[in-house]
Amino acid sequence: MRSVSPITQRELSAYFFSPIAYAVLAIFMLTLGVLFIQTTFLPGADASLRQLVSVMPLVLAIFLPVLTMRLLAEEFRSGTIETLMTAPVNEADVILGKFLGAYLFYVVMLLCTLVFAIIVAAYGQLDIGMLAATYLGLLVLGALYLAVGIFFSACTSNQIIAAVCTILPLLLFTYLAEMGAKSVSGFWALLLHYVSIQGHFLDFTRGLVDFTDLVFFVTTTALFLFLAVKVLESRRWR
Amino acid sequence: MIEVKNLSKRYGAFLAVDRISFDVQEGEIVGFLGPNGAGKTSTIRILTCYHPASSGSARVGGYDVFNQSQDVRRLIGYLPESTPLYPEMRVREYLNFRGKLHGLDAGTRQGAIARVAERCWLKDFIDRPIGHLSKGMRQRVGLADALLHNPKVLVLDEPTIGLDPTQIRETRNLIRELGRDHTILFSSHILSEVEQVCSRIIIIAGGRLIAKGTPEELRHQVSADSRLIAEVQGPTGDVRLAVAELAGVTGVEVAETDGWCRLAISSNGSADVRAPLAQLVHQKGWHLRELRRETATLEDYFVKIIAQQSSAA
Repeated sequence: MRSVSPITQRELSAYFFSPIAYAVLAIFMLTLGVLFIQTTFLPGADASLRQLVSVMPLVLAIFLPVLTMRLLAEEFRSGTIETLMTAPVNEADVILGKFLGAYLFYVVMLLCTLVFAIIVAAYGQLDIGMLAATYLGLLVLGALYLAVGIFFSACTSNQIIAAVCTILPLLLFTYLAEMGAKSVSGFWALLLHYVSIQGHFLDFTRGLVDFTDLVFFVTTTALFLFLAVKVLESRRWR
Repeated sequence: MIEVKNLSKRYGAFLAVDRISFDVQEGEIVGFLGPNGAGKTSTIRILTCYHPASSGSARVGGYDVFNQSQDVRRLIGYLPESTPLYPEMRVREYLNFRGKLHGLDAGTRQGAIARVAERCWLKDFIDRPIGHLSKGMRQRVGLADALLHNPKVLVLDEPTIGLDPTQIRETRNLIRELGRDHTILFSSHILSEVEQVCSRIIIIAGGRLIAKGTPEELRHQVSADSRLIAEVQGPTGDVRLAVAELAGVTGVEVAETDGWCRLAISSNGSADVRAPLAQLVHQKGWHLRELRRETATLEDYFVKIIAQQSSAA
């Protein structure tokens, strides 16, 4: 556990030293800004971020894999994994450290989006409870996306492959599962509804913190982090 | 300090390391010599806990590399072959990060960084980003990283590869100096380097251990089949016959050059036929204008081993 914090610090500073992270942050804010003006910042619109936040699963499914693609793939490509894994650290420390590094950067991204909440609050009555639930939802949603991203980054030494392999299942489980659930019935509808990320997330945006939604996000995040650790360990068995 | 027993490493169907056994005593500098693709890096990666062995065992400082991997890692300072570093970090930042991974506290870390910066001549570029450094500078940063936690054992994989002649000499001197405080195993495919620095040499080729011993021992093994070169003026047939009858001579080759017989004489074991030959020439009333022992160098030996390996493959 001792080496988690140095790895987190290194990853976080690597983000702030690389242009990619700033590009992600800028384009992310630009996209949300445009959406904000078109959907929320209108005369007569609801004084809430619900409209804006409902597209967040889509936006994040595209932006967060760009943050995670580098994490392990780059270590494999450049060979630094060899110095890292011959230092007295274990695989779980490495995955957890890198995950937290990416997560803290994601928190910075979320803090930037608070500017939209401030604007809404300036022009209307913002429901703080609902806002808090929404951000809790965003925190757990991002954790899952980043965990999936780390898992795929651990599987390859090519950053682009890592990103594409992450974006596809994220979009699949975020949107297609929800759409699929509407076109079938019975057991399959129930199953698809349960694995639909969007479905679990939208509860939070309604101001509803449901225990099953939290369990869904926390367990799936843990599952992907666990798988990433196993993939990294498997290198020792080859 | 390092004990390797019957170590094998298999990548799919390819056997990279084939039942190698050797050991390294505390305080020794051991050269791990072999042509490219001999299995040096594979063996080193097993010792540094990067890859597991397919069979056999390896212990460093009494700890098993597989079951007590964390203890082994604390004991070893490792410089991988390609010196992988994070290009976006500054040298000091990188060393600081590595110090934290080794569990050094802030005070110890500062002291350790100052110490290795001095040792590896990093002072001039310690605050520069690693991505801007030349290959030689990067190599020194890698070495500084390996020394940071003051490990008992240093494992250096091809530490001089890609360096210019001055840097090679500096690195060689540094390794010799470090040998006073650390046990060192370093690999190379350049014999002269290993010969100059190491107290013992282990030669591997094609995944197998070919020879091990001190440079003197190996040189002795090699000089056992040395030859004597002599130039004698006399009737060719007589010379050949007379020389072949000298005690200890196992073979004579004769070539004629401008009226002289050039003899290449091989003798068995330790027999020195120089004096008897001189006497013989004197008795017969011939002339002698050259007499020398052609000692095979380790270089020849090494080249021969490589040639044998590549013809066998």
